[in-house]
This record gives sequence, C-alpha cells and structure tokens, in this order.
Amino acid sequence: MTSFHEEEILGKAYDKRLARRLLGYLYPYRRVVLLSVFFLLVVSALQLAGPYLTKVAIDRYIRTGNIQGLNGIALLFLGVLLAQFCFAFAQTYLMNWTGQKIMYDLRVQIFTHIQKLHVGYFDRNPVGRIITRVTTDVDVLNELFTSGVISIFGDIFTLAGIVLIMLWLNWKLALVSFSVIPVLFVASIIFKVKVRDSYRWVRTCVAKMNAFLQENITGMSVVQIFVQEKRKFQQFDERNREHLDANLQSIFYYAVFYPAVNLIGALAIALILWYGGVQVLAGVLTLGSLVAFIQYSERFYKPISDLSEKFNILQTAMASSERIFRLLDTQPAISPPLHPVRLKSLKGKIEFRNVSFAYKEDTPVLRNISFSVAPGEKVAIVGATGSGKSTLINLLCRFYDVQSGEVRIDDTPVTHLDLDQLRQSISIVLQDVFLFSGTIEENIRLWERPIERKQVEDASRWVHADHFVQRLASGYDERVAERGSSLSVGQRQLLAFARALAHDPKILVLDEATSSVDTETELLIQDALEKLMKGRTAVVIAHRLSTIQNCDRILVLHRGQLIEQGSHQDLLKLRGVYYKLFQLQYRDQLASPRLFAPDLRASVGNPG
Amino acid sequence: MFIKSWLINSRTRHLLTLVPFLKKYRTQITIGIFMVLATNIAAMVAPWVLKRAVDHLYHEISRELLLYYSALVVCASAVEGFFRFQMRRILIGVSRYLEYDLRNHLFAHLQRLTPRFYQQYSTGDILSRASNDLSAVRMVLGPGIMYSVNTVFTTIFTITLLLSISWKLTFLTLLPLFAVTYCVKYFGRSIHQRFESIQRQLGSITTLTQENVSGIRVVKAYNQENAFIERFKQANQDFMHRSLSLVRIWGLFYPLLTLLLGVSAASLLWYGGRQVVQGSITLGDLVAFMSYLAMLTWPTIALGWVINIFERGSASMGRINELLDHQPEVLEGGSKETLARLKGDINIRNLSFSYNGFPVLRNVDLQARAGETIAIVGSTGSGKTTLVNLLCRLYPVERGTIFIDGIDINDIPLSILRKNIGYVPQDTFLFSETVAENIAFGKPESSRLDVENAAHISNIWPEIQHFPRKFETFVGERGITLSGGQKQRIAISRALLVDSPILILDDALSSVDTYTEEQILRKLSGELKNRTALLISHRVSTVKMADQIIVLQEGRVVERGTHDELLSAGGFYADLYQKQLLREELGVE
Ligand SMILES: Nc1ncnc2c1ncn2[C@@H]1O[C@H](COP(=O)(O)OP(=O)(O)OP(=O)(O)O)[C@@H](O)[C@H]1O
Ligand SMILES: Nc1ncnc2c1ncn2[C@@H]1O[C@H](COP(=O)(O)OP(=O)(O)OP(=O)(O)O)[C@@H](O)[C@H]1O
Ligand SMILES: [Mg+2]
Ligand SMILES: [Mg+2]
Repeated sequence: MTSFHEEEILGKAYDKRLARRLLGYLYPYRRVVLLSVFFLLVVSALQLAGPYLTKVAIDRYIRTGNIQGLNGIALLFLGVLLAQFCFAFAQTYLMNWTGQKIMYDLRVQIFTHIQKLHVGYFDRNPVGRIITRVTTDVDVLNELFTSGVISIFGDIFTLAGIVLIMLWLNWKLALVSFSVIPVLFVASIIFKVKVRDSYRWVRTCVAKMNAFLQENITGMSVVQIFVQEKRKFQQFDERNREHLDANLQSIFYYAVFYPAVNLIGALAIALILWYGGVQVLAGVLTLGSLVAFIQYSERFYKPISDLSEKFNILQTAMASSERIFRLLDTQPAISPPLHPVRLKSLKGKIEFRNVSFAYKEDTPVLRNISFSVAPGEKVAIVGATGSGKSTLINLLCRFYDVQSGEVRIDDTPVTHLDLDQLRQSISIVLQDVFLFSGTIEENIRLWERPIERKQVEDASRWVHADHFVQRLASGYDERVAERGSSLSVGQRQLLAFARALAHDPKILVLDEATSSVDTETELLIQDALEKLMKGRTAVVIAHRLSTIQNCDRILVLHRGQLIEQGSHQDLLKLRGVYYKLFQLQYRDQLASPRLFAPDLRASVGNPG
Repeated sequence: MFIKSWLINSRTRHLLTLVPFLKKYRTQITIGIFMVLATNIAAMVAPWVLKRAVDHLYHEISRELLLYYSALVVCASAVEGFFRFQMRRILIGVSRYLEYDLRNHLFAHLQRLTPRFYQQYSTGDILSRASNDLSAVRMVLGPGIMYSVNTVFTTIFTITLLLSISWKLTFLTLLPLFAVTYCVKYFGRSIHQRFESIQRQLGSITTLTQENVSGIRVVKAYNQENAFIERFKQANQDFMHRSLSLVRIWGLFYPLLTLLLGVSAASLLWYGGRQVVQGSITLGDLVAFMSYLAMLTWPTIALGWVINIFERGSASMGRINELLDHQPEVLEGGSKETLARLKGDINIRNLSFSYNGFPVLRNVDLQARAGETIAIVGSTGSGKTTLVNLLCRLYPVERGTIFIDGIDINDIPLSILRKNIGYVPQDTFLFSETVAENIAFGKPESSRLDVENAAHISNIWPEIQHFPRKFETFVGERGITLSGGQKQRIAISRALLVDSPILILDDALSSVDTYTEEQILRKLSGELKNRTALLISHRVSTVKMADQIIVLQEGRVVERGTHDELLSAGGFYADLYQKQLLREELGVE
C-alpha cells in the first residue's frame, strides 16, 4: 500500500529537455550571464599571468641583477592581482545576482501556478510536499545557477584548450594519453545513472519527511492526547532512516567516483611516462615536452573530477527541477473560461440543472439535482451528514466542475462566467473555518479588496464578535495564532462569518456557519441577518432546523438526491423526511418538562 | 591561534550543542581524521615518484625501471584513492548519521512541547528550521570537519617545508596572511548575521506558503490569489535582497583571500629577488619557495569555505537551539506506582487559569463521581474548552486544583493520565491515513471488530460501507475528503475505542444532523454508564440527561444542577432552554 505521502515515481530520464528548459530561465539575464562568463575568462587569464610574470622576473631581472626592473615587475604583479580581485568579485556578484533573480522568478512562477490549481489538487497533495517544491527544490536550482553552470563553462573551456595543446605538441603521445578516456566515459555513465537514481530517492525522502513533519506538527496535540508519541516517533524515524539510507548510498557513489577518476588520471600519466619515456630514450621526444605533457594531463583530469563535483549539484538540480516542472505542468482541472462572460450587475439567481457529480469516478455524490433560487430568495439545504450539502456549495463556487448537468448563475453557466466575478459575488462561510495568522482585522477584510476599518467593525458587530474582540489586548490588531488556535472555536466561526459579511456579497452561502456558536448569539445574528439580507440571495446549510426557519424555501437532500423542497409548512404537510427530522428534534423537547411551552404538543400534533 | 578564539566566540557557541552527538561517533571521526592524514601523505607520493622518474630520465634509465616507476604512480594513486574513499565515506557518512540523530532528537523534543509553543511558532517556521537549517548544520559536520582537518594538515605541512628553506622569507611571505585573521573575524561575523537573516526570511516564505496552501479554499472563495502572490513576491524580494547582501560579503571573501595570497607571492618575488641578486639565497631556493607557497593556495581557499560553512552552520544551529531550548511546560511527572487504570472521580477545586495574563477560568469548582455524566454549557468563549484541556494537562495545571481519584493530576504520569481520557476535541484533526487507522489511532493494535464497533456507536459505519474502499479509504490531509459530520464522527469513534474511564466530548455533535445525533446519543448512553463523561454542548437536547449541568459564564460557574433544578432556578440555562424551545414552537405555527 503506497501511502498518501509517497511521491509519484518519475518517468525515465529526459535530461536534455530538462536542461534546455532550465537554461530558458537564464535567457532573460543572458547579458549579465555573458558578462559574467567574460569576467570569468578574464580572471582565468589573469591567473595565468602570475607564473608568466614570475618567469619574466627571474629570466630578465633577477638573473641580470636588475633591481629596478624587479621593482617594476613586482608592481605590475600587484596590479594584476588587484584587477583579478575586482573581476573575481564582479563575476561572483553578477552570477549570484542572476541566481537570485532566477530563484525569484521560479518561486513566483510556482506560487502563481499553485494559485491556479483547482481545489481537488490539494485534496491529493499534502501541504508539506508543496512547500518542499517552493522552498528546498528551488534552492537547489539556485545552487546550480550560481556555482554550477558557469564554472562548467570554464571547465569545458580549459579541457578543450588542453586537448588542443596536447595534440599540437605531440599527437601520438596525446592519443596514448587519451586512450584511457573510454574507461573514464564508462565510469561516468555508470556513476551518472546510479547517482541520479539515488538523488531521486533522496528528494523523495525529503518531501516525504517534510509532509510527515508538517502533518504531525499541526496535529501534535491529538498525538499527545492519545499518547501516540512513541508510535509517531517510530514512523518519523522510519522516514528519517530512509532519508539516511538514500544519502549514504549517494555518498558511496561519490566516494568511489572521485578516486576512480583520479586513478584513471594516474593511469594516463603512467602511460605517458612509460611510452613517452621510451621515446625520450630513443631520442624522438625531448624531456621538456614529456614534462609539459605530464603537467597538462594532470590539469586535464583535475577539471574532470571538478566536473564530477559539479555533477553533484547538477544531479540534485535535475531531480528537483523534474519535480518542479511536473508541478508547473499540472494543468488546473478548472481553468478560467477562454471568453469569460462578465455580467454588468449580478442579480444573484442560482440554478442547478440535472447536476450529477462524483469526487471519484465510481462513487457518485450528487445525482441529477435540479433547483433554482430566485434573486433575493433565502434557501435552506438540510439533509443527513454526508448527503452532499457542502458538495453543492463546492460546485456553486466552482471549486469542482460538474460531471453532467449545469450550474448557472443569472442564467449563465458558471463555466462561462468570469471566475473572479463569480467568486467576488459569493461569500461563503465554509464548514471548516480557516483563519490566517495575522491580525483579526486582516482576517476579516483579507488583502484583496479595499475594505475600511469601519466595515470590518460593522461586520463584527452584526455577528456579535466585536464584544470579544474588544476585550483582546490590541482589539482588531491582535494577532491570532496559526489557524486561529488562540481563539475559541465559536469565536473563530464568528470571525469567518464577519469576513463573509464584510465582503458585501450578492450571494451569501452559510455552511453550518453557527454550528459552534451559542444559542443566544445565534439568535442575535439571525435578527441582524434579517435586515442585512434584503436584496441578497442566501443559501443556508444547517442541521438545527431552528436556524433555517426564516428561509423562504427548504431543500431536503438525501444521499445525493433532492427529495423534497418547499416551505417549512409545505414540508411538514408532506410528512416526509423533513417532517421526521422535525419531529425528532421536537420529540426531544417533549420528553422534558414543558415549562415554557405548555401548548407545544397541541400545535405539533396537528402540523399544518 | 586565531582559529581557536574564533571557535569559542559567542557566535559559534551554538555549535556546542553538537558535542554530545559527536561523542557517539568518536571512533569513526578519529579514524576519518586519520584517513584525511593518510590521504594527504599518499597524495605526495605520486608527484615525488614522477619527479624521481624525470630526474632519472635526465641521465640513463632502463626500460624496466621506467615501467616500475609507471606502475608505482598507478599504485600510489590507488592507495591514495583507497584512503580518499574511506575518508569521504566515513566523515560524510558520520555527518549523515549525525543529521539523522539530530533530526530525531528535534522531533522527539517537538513531541513534548505544548500547544502554547505551537501558537508561538508557525508550522512553516518549524518546518523550515527542521529542514533548511538542519542541512546547514549538516554541512558543518561533514564537509566542514573534513575540510578543516585537511586545511590544518596542508598548512602545517607546507609551513614546515617553507621554514626548512628560510625562516626570514617564510615570515615575510606569511605576513600578509596574518591579515587573514582580521578578515576571518570581520567576515565571519557578517556572514553569520546575514545568513541568519536569510534563514529567518526563508522561514517566512515557508510560513506564507503553508498558510496559503492550507487555506486554499478560503483563498479561492474570496479571490485572494493575487493578494497572496503580491505578498509572496514581497517576501521573496526581501529574501533576494538579504541573499545579495550576503553575496556582497561572501563574494568579497574569496577574492580577498586570493589577493592576500597573491600579495605574498609578489612580495616574495620582490624581496626574494633582491636577496638572490645580493646573493644571500640561491635562485633554486627562490623557485622552490615559490612552488611551495603555491601549495598554500588550496588551504587558503578551503579556509574560506570552512569559515563559510561554520558560520552558516552556527547561525542555523542557533535557530534550532531556539526550539530545543524551549523546555516542555508540561512534564511527565508523577510517581510510577499510580494505578494504570483510574476510576474516574474528578475533583476540580478553585481552578483559575489565564492565557498570557488574560484570565479565562476563575475559581472553578467541579465534582464528578466515577460514572457520572457532567454537561458543560456556556456562551462562546466562556472557557469550556480550556477547562477540559486542563484536565488533559495540555497546559500546565497548578498544584492542588485538579484531582482524579483523589490524586493531584500533576502526580499522575502524563501518559497514564491521558490514556485514561478519551477526548473528542472541538476542532477535528484526522491524519492522512485510512479510516480504520484513524479510528484505531489511540490503540493501533485493536482488532477490526473493535474498530467496527466503535464505528457503529458513532453511526458512521453505514456510511463507511459506501466508501470506495470501506475502512481502507484514505481520508486525505486533515480528513479533507470527508464531510464535516463524517470527520466528527470518526473522531468520536477514535475516542471511544481507547475505552477509557473518562470521556470528553467537546461540542462533538455540532456538525451532525438531528437524526444522527439522536441515534448517537442513544448508543452513547450505554457507553457512558460506566464512564465519567464531560459533555460540552450548546444544545439543551444533548445535555439535558446529564447528572449535573454546569453553566460557565466568563470563566465562572454561574449555575449548577440537574436539568430540572436549573429550569426551576430560572437562570441562564432556563433562558437557553426557553430560547431553543420557543424557536421550535415558532416553526410549527
Ligand atoms: N474532497 C472530497 N473528495 C472525495 N470525497 C469527498 C470529498 N468531499 C466530500 N466527499 C464525500 O462526499 C460525500 C458528501 O460530502 P459533503 O461534504 O457534501 O456532505 P455534507 O452533506 O456537507 O455533510 P455534513 O453535514 O457532514 O457536512 C461524503 O460521503 C464525503 O465523504
Ligand atoms: N491559546 C489561547 N491563547 C489565548 N487565549 C485563548 C487561547 N485559547 C482560548 N483563548 C481565549 O480564552 C477564552 C476561552 O476559550 P475556550 O476555547 O475555552 O472557549 P469555549 O468556551 O470553548 O468557547 P466555544 O464555545 O466557542 O468553543 C476565549 O476568550 C478565547 O479567546
Ligand atoms: Mg458539509
Ligand atoms: Mg470550545
């Protein structure tokens, strides 16, 4: 059984495409990159100047005892050093600047893309995993751009130069020393494949661990209450251990690879020494050339083992970019329409036409639902838990798209409606209240629309939240902890309610908006709503029938089907499901002393 | 030496936390350090052999000898390779083991911290410390140690060689390098500070992402996408500026070291050249000296590296220590001789509690005999949840205020206390596991039959039968793929399954329809007979059958008694009853 946190196994290597796509991110900064490469070359050239100046100093001045000349050349040396210093700094800065820019671009791109993804994506992907994409994975790419790519250019440049010089010096000897290259080639390929696999494994482990941590930190008190610390620790340990194993494996490959390259290099040198030595003995080759050859081939293998060091970065980057691109390539299942309809003024008519819907193929949740709500009407939805009430609302705001049928607002299918306008006109109090960590005021007004402090305060007054807000040390500027955990659950719900009202919606949707609020406050809110809701459409979901009695119409949902609708009185007359629900709530009260409702039995015994 | 003073300065002090962890791997680290030494020595052999061979070639040399030298080069390299392999495998390996230990240690520590801590630090921030900062610390343990040892060896070795030629020249050439001390001090501090501020900002980015993704439904419902993108851009811009300010320092550091080294070489050329001209040293000496000096290049660069790694690592370690330094507020406590199973007599005496100076409970008294059902009602924010949280010791409880079976709960070991309480928290949290695993959360070893029984009581069983994979259905993060009422009922089953003498239901039926509520209450009443139950609800219908009803108002118990008693007393409860009743009545007109 693969767990929810398991990363999907990724497809076969397509390095080239990845690399090309990655390089694309360099493109906007190509000038800076080129400049930086140029500086790098300058620095390398200046580095070579040192030995040359030394040689000149010795040959021309020290040997001849020319102190004046020596002074001059020492000064020149200093000058070269200073230039080198400046160029090196400029190069590093430019490259890092580019790296940071790219990182910024990528992060913003990923984040923006996440905002476009539909809600269903987040049902399947743990928060921790998405966070890993945005933070760690991008960071790895930054390293590629700042320390990897550029110096690879440098390395390749050096390699090519050395090959040419060696061929030019003595092509036979050069070929002899290159004879080990196939071995090197094979070794690198094996290494590449192995390291790639193990890096993928490492990245998977990191994401898994982060997802696990994320979940366990948020649910820590549940773990503590149920005394499951040991078990959860063990599960964490398992993930941690796997991460360790994955890393140890890649360490092994690296530990083998470096010495292997060195050994191959030594082999080449030994070949040169032996073959070249024989030629020297035969008088075909000068000793000087042999020494030069040896030095060049030493320099030849140095960049190669450097390259393999870079490989480390490259591999990590590839593994990360694969996952990032996979996220970026995820098409949002719900996308804004190509030619969005923007209604001039949205009246607030809602219509469901033969809507059927399933979250997962084979388990239908809503079946052939049709109803309509006139502008300004207040409609209640009741039904047993799990009957699909919240799902209806999810469809109304287009969190998901229907499989068949149509949801319409003001006679326009929601799929054609401008998504922004749709969501701007609807305010929802979701069943699962979510507060952001920020101030109370921010939580009510949010960040998008210019909502005045006064509106915020009014909205809280309507829902009777201002009473408790005022008692907080900094009132509306008090910061709430993550998810509002420093407030009582009822208080959180009131804030979510205030948020909905402050956004002045055309359509107000309340999904169990007062389920955790005490009766007195609930009543007060209802009275306030009575006035506030003039001219607005409202859809109210509630289990307490008392909460919905002011509604114009009641829809009864049963196992995903709309089985009854009508006014409270109509439905009582019908003696169907609603009637039973009502009786039940009511019989409860009959069983207790009827101190305040002596005539209740009479009025209910004869419904309608 | 400066390295020493640098090591024990206040910034790197954070790294001392690692010492106990390092001790465990003493042997490996010692061996690893020897491997570094061996690698360094072996690395000298091949060049030496080559030099010999070339010297021989000047004169006459036999082909056999040439072959012998060639073979020697390969052998030396093989030996070096072996040591290098061991060095990397051992030292980097140890760093991974240490990372593993440290991460486990951190997690175990997090498990002991109370909700107060989690309200102070956001999840994203903690995550960032546990991943990004931990890897910076890992760098210290692996490459950091490896390169510093390497640097020390090469430096000592090279300086010895230099001294063997001329101590005057040595002194002269090393003079500019003393400036390195100053650089290291200055740069070290800057790197540390700037890196810390970068990590802090990375934490903010993580937090922002975490908030955005967890609240994605609200974000979408209220069209907040663009606002979040703006905030995210801003946070990242800030991050970029902080990073670049580090680059300005760090980018200067390397070239500066190279420059200093170059100045050494230049002054050697200048001064040494004069000496050659004056005849105090030979040209050969000067050339040898120069080539030895070149050997210092690598350690100098490595020094830059090492300091960078150490400074970053210690900044990060400081951030991790900040978490580790939070002492758990609620300690295990208690003597082990307490009975494993409590009876369930609850006695709360004059309990007061405040969050950060904000009083929430005032002089609460409550008595519940084993088996009784106590209901708690009260308006929003009156302190009901706080009261039951204290009973589970989620927050520290003052001595002499809460007793179970006559024992102060501070004297009951925490795990035993909590094992004796089944708790349905007000905001449901489920794990992204299967339905069965969630129900069996408190007792993972329970049989399927027990799980199904618990599911029956909360009336979720029939619905589970409709799920695609029944009890093996995954519920998604926080139970996202379930309806509100389904989540709540799974949480009820989860609490029932632990079969504890005390059961707390905090508004546990708020998202359940009346019909289901009625059925659950009926089934529960059987379960509640032999348990002490604390029932929090806003509904009279849920609480009226309780043996005792407590009314909390602003943290005070304002009424207590049975349903009937309270009704005739005509206070808050009677008012509540009337309100709930009157509305039903209105509906029937
Ligand atoms: N994101 C989802 N993915 C898969 N299945 C889901 C998802 N959300 C809900 N479901 C399933 O769809 C059905 C209807 O759920 P819905 O949330 O609409 O119920 P509800 O009527 O709002 O119930 P409640 O009163 O308990 O809130 C349930 O069986 C639930 O398990
Ligand atoms: N972690 C916290 N930090 C600071 N204040 C808190 C914290 N938790 C709760 N409070 C405050 O303490 C008071 C009591 O909260 P509590 O959660 O106990 O209320 P409650 O009676 O359970 O309310 P509800 O019916 O809404 O669940 C509230 O005013 C709340 O704002
Ligand atoms: Mg729902
Ligand atoms: Mg509460």
